[in-house]
Amino acid sequence: MHDRSIEERLRDFGEVDCGMTAPEAMAEAECCLQCKKPLCVSGCPVNIDIPAFLREVAAGDFKKAAAIIKEQNMLPAICGRVCPQEVQCEGECILGKKAKPIAIGELERFVADEERRLGMVTPQKKPATGRRVAVVGAGPAGLTASAELARMGYHVTLFESLHAAGGVLVYGIPSFRLPKEIVKAEIDAVLSLGVELRLNHLVGRSVTTQELLSYDAIFLGTGAGLPYFMGLPGENLPGVYSANEFLTRVNLMRADRFPVFDTPIKRGSRVVVAGGGNVAMDAARVARRLGGKVTLIYRRREEDLPARIAEVSRAKEEGIEFVMCANPVKILGDQAMTGVECIKMAMCDLDASGRPEPKEVEGSHFTIDADVFIAAIGQGPNPLLIGELPELKRGRRGNVIVDENGRTSMRKVFAGGDVATGAATVILAMGAAKTAARAIDRMLREE
Amino acid sequence: MFRIEKSGPLADKVHELWVNAPHVAHHAQAGQFVIFRIDEKGERIPLTISAVDGDAIRVIFMTVGKTTTHLAALSAGDHIQDIAGPLGKPSDIEKFGTCVLVGGGVGTASLPIIARALKTAGNRVIGIVGARNSDLIILEDEMRGACDEFHLSTDDGSKGFHGFAADLLKQTMAREKVDAVWIIGPTIMMKVTSEVTRPAGIKTFVSLNPVMVDGTGMCGSCRVIVNGETKFACVDGPEFDGHTVDFNTLMQRSRMYQPEEKVSLEKFQEHQCRCGGSHHA
Repeated sequence: MHDRSIEERLRDFGEVDCGMTAPEAMAEAECCLQCKKPLCVSGCPVNIDIPAFLREVAAGDFKKAAAIIKEQNMLPAICGRVCPQEVQCEGECILGKKAKPIAIGELERFVADEERRLGMVTPQKKPATGRRVAVVGAGPAGLTASAELARMGYHVTLFESLHAAGGVLVYGIPSFRLPKEIVKAEIDAVLSLGVELRLNHLVGRSVTTQELLSYDAIFLGTGAGLPYFMGLPGENLPGVYSANEFLTRVNLMRADRFPVFDTPIKRGSRVVVAGGGNVAMDAARVARRLGGKVTLIYRRREEDLPARIAEVSRAKEEGIEFVMCANPVKILGDQAMTGVECIKMAMCDLDASGRPEPKEVEGSHFTIDADVFIAAIGQGPNPLLIGELPELKRGRRGNVIVDENGRTSMRKVFAGGDVATGAATVILAMGAAKTAARAIDRMLREE
Repeated sequence: MFRIEKSGPLADKVHELWVNAPHVAHHAQAGQFVIFRIDEKGERIPLTISAVDGDAIRVIFMTVGKTTTHLAALSAGDHIQDIAGPLGKPSDIEKFGTCVLVGGGVGTASLPIIARALKTAGNRVIGIVGARNSDLIILEDEMRGACDEFHLSTDDGSKGFHGFAADLLKQTMAREKVDAVWIIGPTIMMKVTSEVTRPAGIKTFVSLNPVMVDGTGMCGSCRVIVNGETKFACVDGPEFDGHTVDFNTLMQRSRMYQPEEKVSLEKFQEHQCRCGGSHHA
């Protein structure tokens, strides 16, 4: 990890972590024990042959390393940056049992960045099958399904409602964690497999469900883009944002560069972010770069924060104030918001997830003065398209129910990623999409 | 990229554009809207689909800020970078009986397509259009053609009835039984005019125009309070029951970016002057 200095990185939206140098990467890869039964591979949701690519990195053949990764993962520059490796590949690395695991994420990122410099590797494609598959949503799941299916010889039409492909990679994750030109390069590589991308198409509105069902198979990767609000009094006052809106305005619409770009944003002088996940960290760090004094408020304890540890410590370094065991109860203000009334929380009995259940401490109200409030308390599946498919079986939280192969209750219709699991990680969405693509292939070959 | 087929003024500060957008044109229904983004640096703005012809859609807008001023400066042959749609729920079209459509200013643009859909569904349709003065009246002939009966009002009496569209609505209600009403115009006009039908308990639809970003339900910028609940106008609307909308919150939220909108427009106008009025940035 080579992070840019705090003073420098707070002045812009450039990437914080500068990555490894070639000698560092080779030295790190050299430390891999090349296990006979590598646990790291089973820890990776898309099962990249990690020892094999590390061997090539150690030998200095970065292009070959890239080709090995690309066999399993078309978006390595993205995954290397945003995967929670500590609970995946690196969490399983045998070296981590006694000391530090191999920095697999950093190395994957290094290889992908080298590949972009040296020229992108295009994986092999099978001959055309003449069958058509519709993929809905161009986020990590949809891009992965598209790439896999295109490589298997299917004609893939990828529908995206926004004006850019990438889903959360373009509107959600800020460029200081994931530079947008890197996202674009990897998406272009997927499209170069012959995937037909249709932007500005909202399926269910611009494409009828009937048209959709005319494809030989359908993969739904519409994500969990429906923001939850907290239902607080005053929540509709000017200055109150969902994290989705706040991040979309900056990441996708470049409101940080207003008025060069047309989309405005409220640059609060005091900003309160509610939530403890990666989205909350992203929103807080974006607000900080827009010049605000930022307070992050979370209802549980610091050790319960679901965000990646590295991003929590970066947020702290960048001067974000953390208020733990507290929750907002009211947005104060008349014409615009002026503050957030909060209440302290006590940790009580363990809940179903094994975490202590937070309970309000009576009479412990306190106020944080603020002119911007960002709710980053989670998102649900966008009900729009799946509401158009009434036969689609759904779970309690509106998620599409799928079997272990991504098959839904509707014939020909598969789903994967956040639309099935609720808001999770980029790599889990990619893993699910890959499984579904294989199941689609099996289904169409058996027909 | 979407080609502009036709562009021109309809009234003072009111402009129409016909744009080739087959994916929208082939699926658009009355009451739906599109999101435009003019170019790479542009913002996303919602515009009602006011007519469809083959592969093309028509939008009508008032030049109030940077993006609409820029749009009005574009001409046939120019392109819009992104058009997403059709978006929003279609109007609730069924056989009501007698329907009155009330348009205020540029809101009138939404009415002909709804009028035609209601007629097709077997309704008797009465159109009422109000404007500040005669120079601001749009689509008069089209509305006359689409409705069984048509009335005009101007605030200053320069054309038609001297007064508000709400007065004409009251007169119509006094004259005959009205089963459903659409009111589309400035928020304050929708708020005030909805009160006309409330005592009679007549089903009243209004089309809300809050600030939007994506227009697909993923951000909540367009949230409005309807019947005490938070709704997203882009996916739950834009049409809602006018008797249950919290118009004050809507107006308050619509003013949120006023200072920024001013900065943006001033910068654009300054640029237009420097470039001798050319709109090609």
